[in-house]
Amino acid sequence: MAQLVENTHEPVEGRAPLILGGHDFKSLTDKVVEPLERKTPIGWWLCFIPSLAMLSVLGVAIGWLFWEGIGVWGLNNPVGWGWAIVNFVFWVGIGHAGTLISAILFLFRQTWRTSINRSAEAMTIFAVMCALIFPGIHVGRVWVAYWMLPVPNQMSMWPNFRSPLVWDVFAVSIYGSVSLLFWYVGMIPDLATIRDRTPSRVKKILYGMFALGWRASTRHWQHYERAYLILASLATPLVLSVHSIVSMDFATSQLPGWHTTIFPPYFVAGAIFSGFAMVVTLMIICRKAFKMEAILTLRHFENMAKIIMLTGMMVGYAYSIEFFIAWYSGNPYEQFVFINRAFGPYAWGYWIMVSCNVISPQIFWFKKFRTNLKVLFVVSIFVNIGMWFERFVIVASSLHRDFLPSSWDYYSPTKWDVMTFIGSFGLFFTMFCLFARFLPMVAMAEVKTVLPGADPHGDGPKVVIKGAD
Amino acid sequence: MGLPIPLIPQLPEGKNFGLLARFENAQTIYTACEKVRDAGYTKWDSHTPFPVHGLDHAMGVKASKLPWLVLITGLSGATGGMLLQWWVSVHAYPLVISGKPLFSWPAFVPVTFELGVLFGALGAVFGMFAFNQLPMLFHPLFSSKAFARATDDGFFISIESWDPKYDETQTAALLREAGAVDVEVVENG
Repeated sequence: MAQLVENTHEPVEGRAPLILGGHDFKSLTDKVVEPLERKTPIGWWLCFIPSLAMLSVLGVAIGWLFWEGIGVWGLNNPVGWGWAIVNFVFWVGIGHAGTLISAILFLFRQTWRTSINRSAEAMTIFAVMCALIFPGIHVGRVWVAYWMLPVPNQMSMWPNFRSPLVWDVFAVSIYGSVSLLFWYVGMIPDLATIRDRTPSRVKKILYGMFALGWRASTRHWQHYERAYLILASLATPLVLSVHSIVSMDFATSQLPGWHTTIFPPYFVAGAIFSGFAMVVTLMIICRKAFKMEAILTLRHFENMAKIIMLTGMMVGYAYSIEFFIAWYSGNPYEQFVFINRAFGPYAWGYWIMVSCNVISPQIFWFKKFRTNLKVLFVVSIFVNIGMWFERFVIVASSLHRDFLPSSWDYYSPTKWDVMTFIGSFGLFFTMFCLFARFLPMVAMAEVKTVLPGADPHGDGPKVVIKGAD
Repeated sequence: MGLPIPLIPQLPEGKNFGLLARFENAQTIYTACEKVRDAGYTKWDSHTPFPVHGLDHAMGVKASKLPWLVLITGLSGATGGMLLQWWVSVHAYPLVISGKPLFSWPAFVPVTFELGVLFGALGAVFGMFAFNQLPMLFHPLFSSKAFARATDDGFFISIESWDPKYDETQTAALLREAGAVDVEVVENG
């Protein structure tokens, strides 16, 4: 491979390259498809088997829940929503970065998204799968979960469409469906690439079926690109609506600490923040495992670090505005909730949240740390933790102090809560391992459009790199 | 041409499907497409591993009508969503909540929007499949060994034998003159 040059500085003239290592179309295809063609590496099993073990923990935890009922969780009288809802919001939020990368950055013509969009979209779908488990199992009597949907039934009973919880059923399930469509459509040309080069007959048939007979025709590309643009334009307002509606589950209630108008934008910013942290965590591992330093370059990571810092500050702004409004409203209940949040029984959770979400990303003011993958990895883990705690703080600290002091209580999870949460990571990582093993991790057809040879007019952009030989 | 039926390719009559020419890079196929277009061919196509910017114009292909289809499916989804909620709340299961009217439409906006997006997305994806006549798992071009490179690093032009201007020797000469590296005859499978 050609020598890697650094691409985080813009040259005096032109733009720094997005893809390094002197890749051409052929070598890029080889690089991306090669991991799918070789024998399963031992490292993959080392990731897959623990993930599968964690997934079985999920099976046990849910099985016991179904057998015994939601009394196995730590819920009590004022705190009727516990870890299940915290985990639901956590996972839905993580999904949002995938759609931001695939749709919003596409509309803004941010071509650096091409290296990461495929795996970020996969992450979205797996995160939404994890998220959907929690409200599904939280209904208690799971065999009547279909009551959430407008399905004709023998009781002539229908959902109440004025309830944000019903909006949420539609928002999250449609979000999952549209993300799946977007992901699959984006993958069709790459499935055809695998179909056309694999020597195995079985693989040719399997990948071929899903490639639908794609023959890379310009007449097809034309409708395809239009469909992709439309999907991006539909997914952009969709993703903003999904977490807004999730926040309305809280904001439309009367509970101090939940009943605020800042929730929709605050939740959306937090979702993107947590999602990018998860993308960074996964991409640093994949970059190392698949030796994709030339495709997932430092420039990509630096851009993601900037987005993490920006959204982190938006979240920090929301935290402070909540306090300001509590004071400014003159409402004693609001004021009590926020003082209690920062200094009451759950103060430990609040300060973990603030340190992880507001303080830790500030390190990205310095380029040295934005381009240091070790620092990025650590901060991304902090943000993942902090964003989980944000949802925990919102749910538990608002609920545990009711209007009536006689109902006050302290909520702690049981081991079944913890096992369900760990198990959901098992599902997420199992799916991600299968994805990395059997599907192209990088959107080849899209990355090829940002290679120098892709421009039909001239021989590619002039690239001058400071300090490169 | 008959109706666009998925899975069954619309193929020219006779022994040969047409000519397949490979070009070296995106620049040469762009100018070659302009030449084939200007020579007056109509039943032909180009195949590139990624969408080459502006190649549809170089081929003289008209703009996709997909957005109109998506507009129709999306609006149908939204209308259907609002009607569903109206019927459920006013007729099927009327509930008075906080003294609001039964048809309290502002509360129905989120689900209306979501269903509009869902049907728009379904229209975009399945409309794209329909316009492209996909899935079409068999096609004569797949019998060409070289054609496998179309999804890797190869740039191809295929001219079908039922084009009125098609002539095996002259068309091949045109393609070579336009910069083709290899030209081959593809048989009907």
